[in-house]
Amino acid sequence: MTFLTHVMPDPALAGDRSQKARALSFALVFILFAAALLSLAIGASGTSLWDALIGLANGEALSARDRIVLLDIRLPRTVMGMLVGAALAVSGAVMQGLFRNPLADPGLVGVSAGAGLGAIVAIVLGGLLPATVAAMFGYYLVSVAAFVGGWLSTILLYKVSTRRGRTSVATMLLAGIALGALAGALQGVLVYIADDAQLRTLTFWGMGSLAGATWTKVIAAAPLILLALAIVPFLARGLNALALGEAAASHIGISVQRLKNTAILMVAGAVGAAVAVAGGIGFIGIVVPHLLRLMVGPDHRYLLVNSALLGAALLLIADVISRVIIAPAELPIGIVTATLGGPFFLWILLRQRGLLDM
Amino acid sequence: MLDATDISVCYEPHRILHGIDFHAAPGAVTAIVGPNGSGKTTLMRALTGETDYAGEVRLNNENIARLKPWELAAMRGVLPQATPLAFPFTVIEVVRLGLSRGVSAGNTDLIHRALARVDLSGFEGRFYQELSGGEQQRVQLARVLAQVWSPVEDGEPRWLFLDEPVSALDIGHQLQVMQIAHDYAAAGGGVVTVMHDLNLTAMFADSVALVSEGRILQQGAPEEVFNNALLSRAYHCDVRVNSAPSQGTFILPHAAKMAAE
Repeated sequence: MTFLTHVMPDPALAGDRSQKARALSFALVFILFAAALLSLAIGASGTSLWDALIGLANGEALSARDRIVLLDIRLPRTVMGMLVGAALAVSGAVMQGLFRNPLADPGLVGVSAGAGLGAIVAIVLGGLLPATVAAMFGYYLVSVAAFVGGWLSTILLYKVSTRRGRTSVATMLLAGIALGALAGALQGVLVYIADDAQLRTLTFWGMGSLAGATWTKVIAAAPLILLALAIVPFLARGLNALALGEAAASHIGISVQRLKNTAILMVAGAVGAAVAVAGGIGFIGIVVPHLLRLMVGPDHRYLLVNSALLGAALLLIADVISRVIIAPAELPIGIVTATLGGPFFLWILLRQRGLLDM
Repeated sequence: MLDATDISVCYEPHRILHGIDFHAAPGAVTAIVGPNGSGKTTLMRALTGETDYAGEVRLNNENIARLKPWELAAMRGVLPQATPLAFPFTVIEVVRLGLSRGVSAGNTDLIHRALARVDLSGFEGRFYQELSGGEQQRVQLARVLAQVWSPVEDGEPRWLFLDEPVSALDIGHQLQVMQIAHDYAAAGGGVVTVMHDLNLTAMFADSVALVSEGRILQQGAPEEVFNNALLSRAYHCDVRVNSAPSQGTFILPHAAKMAAE
């Protein structure tokens, strides 16, 4: 009997998973830290982070080559990986909460498709721009176009699905599918008229990669993503209530329309910025929140923060794999996340079939 | 007081409610009854601000259209007919959703009292989605009770709006839930409930509004509203109101088959 009382959880807290969720947050901080170190330490060049750190500790100056590899290649790549991973995972969790569907994804509401279309337009038709305009954007033309595409599709989507100040989630979902199909068709046309060099860029970009990470890109994406992440904690209580349905959420004191507006803007900003700098990286937005719900439950007060941490860590780990698996060449990271994420997600679906029927 | 004046609701091209006046007092259980499609639930949705309506709804002398969702939530809880839940929350997590902003989320005491009130102690760790329909309905009632636990706050009554609260329950739990409504009203709160079961209504309601084809045929004490002519007119069948000395009022449809025998 003493054994039983020792093992049994406090009955007053049965079913309350918040302590477990908080403990998980701490663990995830350490995992993210380890993943970041790994991402800094591993790469195509022989540069060893450990040697460099030991050298620094001994008062030796970094060699110019090590300095460039660590500070200008691996560090921005690691920071960008964390930002993009956190943005995609949190956007997935927020979208799923908003749509009350664990399978919803930013890709579903057309943000990713719109951003992708913008990027492809820039890649294929960028040459048609007047030289002065092209020079103004220079290397960032693709990123800027992806960002604009994501925003425009969100605004269009919003106009279609909102009547008299009320957003219909069902209409929004269907409009998102229509927008996605339209963007896909337009992308197909552009791919058809693209030349060989453009096609290679398209394929690479379409599969997603952190390879082009620079400090300039990090600085371009960071403000939007950090702003979005800062808003997220204020959405948690509302998204929890929304699990009961829009009417019930309103009855327990949530301003549902404001919640929806904030969530949509947050997702458009985060996903637009992430797609602009890293291309289409799939599965992070679905797998991460799902995994966390299995472990510590769907309470958004913890789910959103933990999604950011786990999303950042997972994307860094996937990026390390993409760098070493066919070194010295690199696999686009989207292939890694899809190869690992696809089967994993199917496995989750098989295990959780009962809980997904709703 | 709950005062609804000249309430009309249109779902184009249909007019569901035609300028209804409806009143409910704190300290009483007010039931809304009527046949399917008569507009009971639509009236409930207008009273809780869930649907757009023409007219005015005043709760504790405040126009509910002017109140913020959180101000309304502090005054009244609403139990919907059925609540499918989007994610695998446990029972304790669902009930905790009802705790208002001001109350600490760690107030497990109130959660346990609410669960005990609906006879679900020990269900804290169960997954909501794995419960039966009746158990889910009681979990939702516990959530609503946790939201407006004390029937009177700062001298103002608080309100329970219940949409067919006993529709999925066995007779034992039907009585229990109606007793909760009665006790809430007896303690000074207001209860407005949509009901299908006329006998339970006769047992527990202090005031009854009989709705038919988007209008209120009559509102008053059960003994005024429950008479053969009025009920037969509303339900389009022969209804007999009886009473037995020990059992109070009971209401039965009078079928043609029985009459022929």
